[in-house]
Amino acid sequence: MYPLQLTINGKAHETNVDPRVSLLDLLRENLGLTGSKKGCDHGQCGACTVIVNGRRINSCLSLAVSHDGDEVTTIEGMASDDGLSPLQAAFVRHDAFQCGYCTPGQICSATALLEELERGEPSVVTKERVELADEEIRERMSGNLCRCGAYNNIIDAILEVAEARA
Amino acid sequence: MSEHPKGLIGQPLDRVEGPLKVTGQATYAADWRGDEPHLIGFIVESPAAKGTITALDTKEAEAAPGVELVLTHLNTPKQIPFGERNDDGNFAQSHAMMRTDHVRYVGYPVALVVARTLEEARHAASLVRFEIKADGDAIFDPVANEKLAEKPDALDGAEEVDTDTGDFDAAWAGASHTVEAEFHTSGQHAAAMEPHATVAEWDGDRLTVHMAIQILSDARKGFANTFDIDPESVRIVSPYIGGGFGSKLGIHNEAILAALAAKVTGQPVRVNQHRRNVFSNGPHRSRHRQRLKVGADDHGNIVAIHHDSLAAMSRDYPFAEAPASPTRGSYATKAMHTQHRVVEADIPKVDAMRAPGEAIGTLTFEAIIDELAHECGVDPVEFRLRNEPEKDPNSGKPFSDRKMRRCLLEGAERFGWNGPASRREGDWLIGHGMAAAIRPNMMMKAEAAMELAPDGRLVVRLDMTDIGTGTYTILTQIAAEAMGIAPDKVTVELGDTDFPETCGSGGSFGAGSTGTAVLDAAENLKADLLSRAAKADRDWKGVNSKALRITDDMLSLDERSLPISALDDGKAISAKGSASPGKAHENMAQYSYGAQFAEVAVDAVTGEIRLRRLTGVFDAGRILNEKTARSQLMGGMVFGIGAALMEESLMDDRYGAFMNRDLAEYHIPVNRDVPRLDIHMIEGFDANSNPLGSKGIGELGICGAGPAIANAIFAATGVRVRKFPIHMEDLMEKLPPR
Ligand code: FES
Ligand code: FES
Repeated sequence: MYPLQLTINGKAHETNVDPRVSLLDLLRENLGLTGSKKGCDHGQCGACTVIVNGRRINSCLSLAVSHDGDEVTTIEGMASDDGLSPLQAAFVRHDAFQCGYCTPGQICSATALLEELERGEPSVVTKERVELADEEIRERMSGNLCRCGAYNNIIDAILEVAEARA
Repeated sequence: MSEHPKGLIGQPLDRVEGPLKVTGQATYAADWRGDEPHLIGFIVESPAAKGTITALDTKEAEAAPGVELVLTHLNTPKQIPFGERNDDGNFAQSHAMMRTDHVRYVGYPVALVVARTLEEARHAASLVRFEIKADGDAIFDPVANEKLAEKPDALDGAEEVDTDTGDFDAAWAGASHTVEAEFHTSGQHAAAMEPHATVAEWDGDRLTVHMAIQILSDARKGFANTFDIDPESVRIVSPYIGGGFGSKLGIHNEAILAALAAKVTGQPVRVNQHRRNVFSNGPHRSRHRQRLKVGADDHGNIVAIHHDSLAAMSRDYPFAEAPASPTRGSYATKAMHTQHRVVEADIPKVDAMRAPGEAIGTLTFEAIIDELAHECGVDPVEFRLRNEPEKDPNSGKPFSDRKMRRCLLEGAERFGWNGPASRREGDWLIGHGMAAAIRPNMMMKAEAAMELAPDGRLVVRLDMTDIGTGTYTILTQIAAEAMGIAPDKVTVELGDTDFPETCGSGGSFGAGSTGTAVLDAAENLKADLLSRAAKADRDWKGVNSKALRITDDMLSLDERSLPISALDDGKAISAKGSASPGKAHENMAQYSYGAQFAEVAVDAVTGEIRLRRLTGVFDAGRILNEKTARSQLMGGMVFGIGAALMEESLMDDRYGAFMNRDLAEYHIPVNRDVPRLDIHMIEGFDANSNPLGSKGIGELGICGAGPAIANAIFAATGVRVRKFPIHMEDLMEKLPPR
């Protein structure tokens, strides 16, 4: 067992973990934060996406012990006392999910994506500069699989929030 | 105060459980945590089959830290043999696991290692030593073993296994234009984002399971038949399901293993299938060979149709898909022959996957119809219009509402159809294609209960499930409209065998069947409320229930009003309702319809295929929620894209092992594979279907999407590919010279 300190959704946690535990299993099994989902445990689906120090990662591919001192945001940390985050609300309005299993990962991914856009970070489809358009969002969200096929609505939800921020 | 609820059915209400899903609060099976900590089970799979376990050493695993149990065939509690008691069908039959030393297929569990944590269980699983002696006579590939083909006892979702109308040989011989082809569709996996998961717990002879399951009542019988207990002593809870698509219709391996381990340890046991498990410890769609022959006369009228299918059936698990079933209702013809055969194979369960029959049946049939239109020199839309049947070509029954013509014409209009057009843009070959969609419309038995509390809150309960289909929302709308109450005063509770029994989610019959049961419960509740009101206040005698409203804690009707608490001494008032298929489901041919139009771009050098546009126009009767219905169709179309271009479960036929058992190797469409989908629903109301006027919608969107894409690829390249999925290497060699 290894001692580990990290901040999750603004709350400090101190715990001891088996070095084999992934960040995803730490959240789900040790800390009871079951909002982050396991779809593959292999970095292939994005259901486990969380934000670590401002960057989105697949938490199933990352060992918990490597996150000593990190700041982690999960789906449980997205809403505030004022209610749903703009992305969460847009996902509901645009029906950007069906079964909802991929949704925590999609929303964490999209939340970090908005920051990437603001920083002007290019993607493989970016031409001169980053533009708010279908293709840019589609490319950046292709690591988050949705078997229910809500992709079009996911783009609508993200574009709406991105445009409101721009 | 909440707004007036009339006319709520059909409105694009946001999903009522949406806030729970976007905040991570919806509890899927693997998220459920009880009072006691769960033990965690990890499956040890057999790498060979079929065969016998000849050596087994679990000592090292048992001694590993945290291990509580290594479950093998040597210590499993009593079970009824797999496959027995299947009078109620394959979902309800015994699903026994590890009962003997026999290994049924590759991936079959040899052991379940149960420990305090996943890490401990997974490590100890690597310490289980065993040897398997393969029998050497296993059957894997149905086509290579065609000589063993048999006629299945029954088909999934279709009445007759084979059909014959008219004189096929004569009609074929007399046809002026004919096309004949052999198609191969690949095996497929539903690949729901949520892998199968179960938490099982025993209290004496009573079993409680939290699991991901589409049909609770069948699963309950399945557990009862496996463990030889009374179905009443099994409770299943499944409020949220991370996608089903058929793969969670019945119970699968982790569920039985969890229940066995919970029995032995006396503690709750959770088993999550990991993604690789799902490919063999869950179900799949068999690969199929389909042979088609279609012929038309000089005027472009179809005269002869032959469609036969060959697939694998998993041994002792009777399920046969019906790809030729949609063919039977598609076009007018003089003669038609359809046939289904299966080969029993030593492979994981073959079972229903979204739109069983139609998904792969329309894929091939609508592709060959395109070829026939081409042979006849008739535009594919015009060809289909010309061959629209007056009555069901197979049964001769009249159609219930059939808006196929409108689907075709409106689809052509929206898409800007100008024949199977093609053009070149640099290195991209662009082509247009289209296909018709058809999917049987079914209705099943269901019951529902309702309870109105004195404070004016209405609770609706039934053991139906919401697998992403929008059930929570549409049942809220139906109950609210029927009761004259605001939707935010309605709570729908699903997914618990303690609630009234329903057909669950499957075959696109859920919404119509359970919605009708809820409607019936509402009628009964209203009648009861009014008779109580009449007793409490004579002003309420003989009034019409249509105008009844429930606002806050008051019952009102025109100028009358009465506190709900006055109706039964401040007690809640409850009612039950039920639904069953009416005569119109026997006497009429009932289908949902659609037409899909695709534009593809094929790279002239590499053969890379890009879908650029897809338009679908659908007739699914009355739409119960414009927003969730559209999502259902959209999801279906995405499935269709996957079937046409990506999804392929590859088996190593030397060993019977699936080779691509993860999401990096089994490709489903990702966001960038899916262009903007243009979806239009034709308004309708099919009174023959159910009192709501709705028809099945969850599987309709798949039908026609794949063949429209295949036909567009032909328009773009001139290449007919007769296998699915179509990959770039299928085109590369045959592309037109530059
Ligand atoms: S669970 Fe982490 S990427 Fe799939
Ligand atoms: S909503 Fe079901 S997988 Fe995305």
